[in-house]
Amino acid sequence: MSTNGAKPKLAMYWAASCGGCEIATLNIGEHILTVDQVFDLAFFPCIADFKVSDVEGYPDGYIDLCLFNGAIRSSENEHMAHLLRRKSKILVAFGSCAYEGCIPALANLTSRQAVLRTVYLDNPSLDNPSGVLPQTTTPAPEGELTLPAFYHTVKTLDQVVDVDYYVPGCPPESHQIWAVLQTVVAALTEGAPLPPKGTILGAGQVAVCEECPLARHEKTIPRFYRPYEIVPKPGLCLLEQGLVCLGPATVCGCGALCPRVGMGCRGCYGPLPGVVDQGARILTALASVIDVTGKPGDNEEELARRVQDAVSTIPDPAGLFYYFSMAHSLLHRARVADNQ
Amino acid sequence: MSTAPSSPKSQERIGVYVCHCGSNIAGVVDVKDVAQWAGRELAEDGVVIARDYQFMCSNLGQELIEADIKEQGLTRVVVAACSPHLHEATFRTACQRAGLNPYLCEMVSIREQVSWVHTDRDLATAKAKALIAGGVERVAWHEPLEPLIVPINPTTLVVGGGIAGIQAALEIADSGYPVILVEREPSIGGHMAQFDKTFPTLDCAACILTPKMVAVGSHPNITLLTYSEVERVDGYVGSFLVTIRKKARYVNAETCTGCGLCIEKCPVRVVDEVFEAGLGYRKAVYRSFPQAVPKYPVIDTEHCTYFQRGKCKACQIFCPTQPKSINFEQKDEIIQVEVGNIILATGYELFDCRRIPQYGYGRLANVYTSLEFERLCNAAGPTGGEVVLRDGVTKPKTVGIIHCVGSRDSKYNSYCSVICCMQSLKFAHLVKERTGAEVYNFYIDMRTPFKDYDEFYQKVLAEGVHFVRGRVAEVTDAARHPGEEGKIIVQVEDTLIGRQRRIPVDMVILSAALEPRRDAQEVAHKFGIACSANGWFIEKHPKLDPVATMTEGIFIAGCAQGPKDIPATVAQGAAAAARVIGRIHQGHLALEPVRASVIAERCSGCRICNNLCPFNAISFREDLGVTEINPALCQGCGTCVAACPAGAITGTQFSNEQVFAQIEGLLMLDFSGAPRGAAVRMLEPALS
Amino acid sequence: MSESERFEPLIIGFTCNWCSYRAADLAGTSRMKYPPNVRLIRLMCSGRLDPTFVLKALANGADGVLITGCHPGECHYLEQNYKAMRRYYLLRAMLTQMGIEPERVRLVWASAAEGARFAEEVTRMVEDVRRLGPLNWPAIAADGAEPAASRNGHGPAAAAETAPVVPEEAKP
Repeated sequence: MSTNGAKPKLAMYWAASCGGCEIATLNIGEHILTVDQVFDLAFFPCIADFKVSDVEGYPDGYIDLCLFNGAIRSSENEHMAHLLRRKSKILVAFGSCAYEGCIPALANLTSRQAVLRTVYLDNPSLDNPSGVLPQTTTPAPEGELTLPAFYHTVKTLDQVVDVDYYVPGCPPESHQIWAVLQTVVAALTEGAPLPPKGTILGAGQVAVCEECPLARHEKTIPRFYRPYEIVPKPGLCLLEQGLVCLGPATVCGCGALCPRVGMGCRGCYGPLPGVVDQGARILTALASVIDVTGKPGDNEEELARRVQDAVSTIPDPAGLFYYFSMAHSLLHRARVADNQ
Repeated sequence: MSTAPSSPKSQERIGVYVCHCGSNIAGVVDVKDVAQWAGRELAEDGVVIARDYQFMCSNLGQELIEADIKEQGLTRVVVAACSPHLHEATFRTACQRAGLNPYLCEMVSIREQVSWVHTDRDLATAKAKALIAGGVERVAWHEPLEPLIVPINPTTLVVGGGIAGIQAALEIADSGYPVILVEREPSIGGHMAQFDKTFPTLDCAACILTPKMVAVGSHPNITLLTYSEVERVDGYVGSFLVTIRKKARYVNAETCTGCGLCIEKCPVRVVDEVFEAGLGYRKAVYRSFPQAVPKYPVIDTEHCTYFQRGKCKACQIFCPTQPKSINFEQKDEIIQVEVGNIILATGYELFDCRRIPQYGYGRLANVYTSLEFERLCNAAGPTGGEVVLRDGVTKPKTVGIIHCVGSRDSKYNSYCSVICCMQSLKFAHLVKERTGAEVYNFYIDMRTPFKDYDEFYQKVLAEGVHFVRGRVAEVTDAARHPGEEGKIIVQVEDTLIGRQRRIPVDMVILSAALEPRRDAQEVAHKFGIACSANGWFIEKHPKLDPVATMTEGIFIAGCAQGPKDIPATVAQGAAAAARVIGRIHQGHLALEPVRASVIAERCSGCRICNNLCPFNAISFREDLGVTEINPALCQGCGTCVAACPAGAITGTQFSNEQVFAQIEGLLMLDFSGAPRGAAVRMLEPALS
Repeated sequence: MSESERFEPLIIGFTCNWCSYRAADLAGTSRMKYPPNVRLIRLMCSGRLDPTFVLKALANGADGVLITGCHPGECHYLEQNYKAMRRYYLLRAMLTQMGIEPERVRLVWASAAEGARFAEEVTRMVEDVRRLGPLNWPAIAADGAEPAASRNGHGPAAAAETAPVVPEEAKP
């Protein structure tokens, strides 16, 4: 895949993201030396001074491996996605944002206006008496100034361009990143076969429970608790204690870091292979084990009320079940009054 | 949970068959247009041939499909016709004959769901197309399936020792297979044992029933468990494990000879509310009735002096057997039996006539229920067969018999209890015969179908019994006219002459409705079957499968299924037995392969599904850390499939892929039948 | 809107093989009439209803989803409709957050004997959803642009190429 003995080219770009993916990547320790040995950096705004114009100047397919992290939140993000897709042989949706929307996509529960209002108008630390909002074009004496358009809906990378591989996690675990890089390096340097397109790299095949050391039993849950409401018994499955844990609906690979320290899994590694909608999976699983049942002859309305009471102990189900996968879900976003 | 990256549909060769059902479908749906549309517009979805035909279910229709499978190499078949509950088996069998796995056939209901419920031809045609598109998309994801074969344990459990259960037990036992008959009361016999005469032949109930009871009691193939109740049912057709509670009789069946000395010596008299319907007495140690089977008595601890006050033991003292057969220390015994099939013949309950206060039952002494009257005129009953008033001596001179008490009445039971007309005619005849009294029958409609029934009606008419058509408004002792004093007055609108009448009588008999057992719902739940809105057990098909239920291996017979007379009850008992014997003969049963299974490599052992199965099909393998599903126990409901957070459980015949594809197909066309451009395929998940 | 061009919702109905599907059969055999806006899917049990099916139907353009099953206590599989009920109410709470009116996704119990009830509930639901107006989901999901989805399915990859269009104002 590399051309004429020159080192393969590596790019890493951040769209709507926090930078955690870059930190996790640099956190692979001494392996970073191997990466340096194998690759030439072609574009990596976080650690080296490259310009977009540099990328634009590359021939198509110049970059051998592009790790694209961050969701598609603005026209700039989307522009960069198209550009990097064109310039890269292998484009990886790297980290939860690029793969499934992650925290930025929780904004899909609300509208562009609401986001702008919160950030530019209702923000208590901001003084904006004339209510100025960002504009895509602003005339200035020096000429017209432009800003990227801020999208109403946050998208995943594969909703705007074709993606070769996915690496889940918020952020991906460093040892998994290294394993992914090794796979690609082996392919680039030794001609080893690449996994089939669309493969989720750097994760397991089963749920987080597989890696979770907490003891599990049959589950019947009378009600759910928020993390501050109870102190979980050590060593026992958090879900069985009424703490929402997305572990059963989340692919493993992280080592069950959160449940190990008493915090339910939030699902950042995304759904299991083949699952269409992670939120629906945890929703149906949790509802299935709620311990509210009836018997013949029960009053149907009273029964419905008891079910609703138990269900209402899960506040904010949409935010909880789609913590990381809103953009990747079947619905993608909420329907809001000022939808545009 | 996956949809494979490339849909299999392009590889399938699908045949679509649109039935006219005479004019049933074609009268509303443009079936020719539908077939042409499917052939044209669904070609890229794999449809290679689409036909319409007058009657798809006819031999010629089926042959059409078979020929196409063979000649056109069809790999999937969609039949758009009536409900799959009617003809799914027909078309599956046709496919099988032509060498196509029967489960690769899908039925689309365009009769029950389209032509019979819609009137607008264009819209009905549009909906028929959409439903077919759903079927075509779905069938592409079908898989060939093979039925699951389970062995049938030859032992049968019969629950209920009335005439239905007795008949069923005897039929099976006579054909050489073991039966366990469980009866809640101390003796078998049921309601029939309480009756005097049976209509229309007027032969004595005991004369025809007791030989059968004795046959049950002595049959080598029948294990009789009276005074026992089923506690729990585990397992599945072919191998049920039934837990039965044998209530303590305080009488040792092994040593008791049934001599009855204990009964004679017992000092406590108790009103017999069950067998004598409150008209007679029994002892605290008692047999339900002299011909009871089994003959061993039972101690009613609630009334027994020893159990209540700690002394007496007269029964034990006088018991002539060695060792003594009375055992005050006896405890309830829990036993477990393995059976292959179960017949539920749990009978009925009599409507409580107190619920209609204006009929005076419980308030006016000489208002009787039908069961009380049966005991009254029974030669073995409390009055030795004398029809007398509550004073025990006076013969009534006038008797009123009210039909439909608690039946055909929207306030109580809207259904007809079937037996009351004939029973009331029988009562009228018996009253006439025993007392010569004037008899008035108050009826809404006379219902006397079946063999020799109407002849009996004619005979009773000829005997001079009066018939007043009208629902009785009130039964009262408040006299308004001189002739009414000391009488019970039946106030009724005689609808044939259009006048209110007040008829003074000495005795009123209320033909009470038959109602489901009070615990029918509970019993149904225990055995995994369902009750109708009225509370009767629901049969698999009201006409074509009246003794089977939705649950394989559970059959029903007699009044538990709905009110019926003795001939019909016996017929059902025998029918249920025949079904069971057929099963046992086969030795095994092919179960529908609609089953769930765990993909072990995808299971993380989260144990969400572990207690979701009411059939106990799901178990956790501690050694492997994964969950397993027992296919023979699985009933195919799919609840665990829908619950698995990892998508690690799949269900045959109702897989996610099939449902997703059907949703896409159904939404292919808009309301008016135009293609919906916006029908979006889901985002394909990235697959490893 | 005039009567002739009034909004006609599409509703996907999920039925239980043992009760509500038979209720639909009974409505048919009794020649009861209900509007042709509902398209039914047969499941073995309401317990089979994966909430994903509902999301899928809505995402694919259904304006409403009708979920039907045996009355509580009458489940052919004994108690699986209780599970359906729990999922339904949690799903409904979630869908409310997603801006989908609870009336659009309805749970109705109908026994095999309740053909009339089935027909009535379908009629009522069609009228209710008609009042709510179109859901327009594919457009909403795609940020106002119709996703250029291919029927053989590779996601709305090309959606970004199309100019955003403002969808019909979503009704609160």
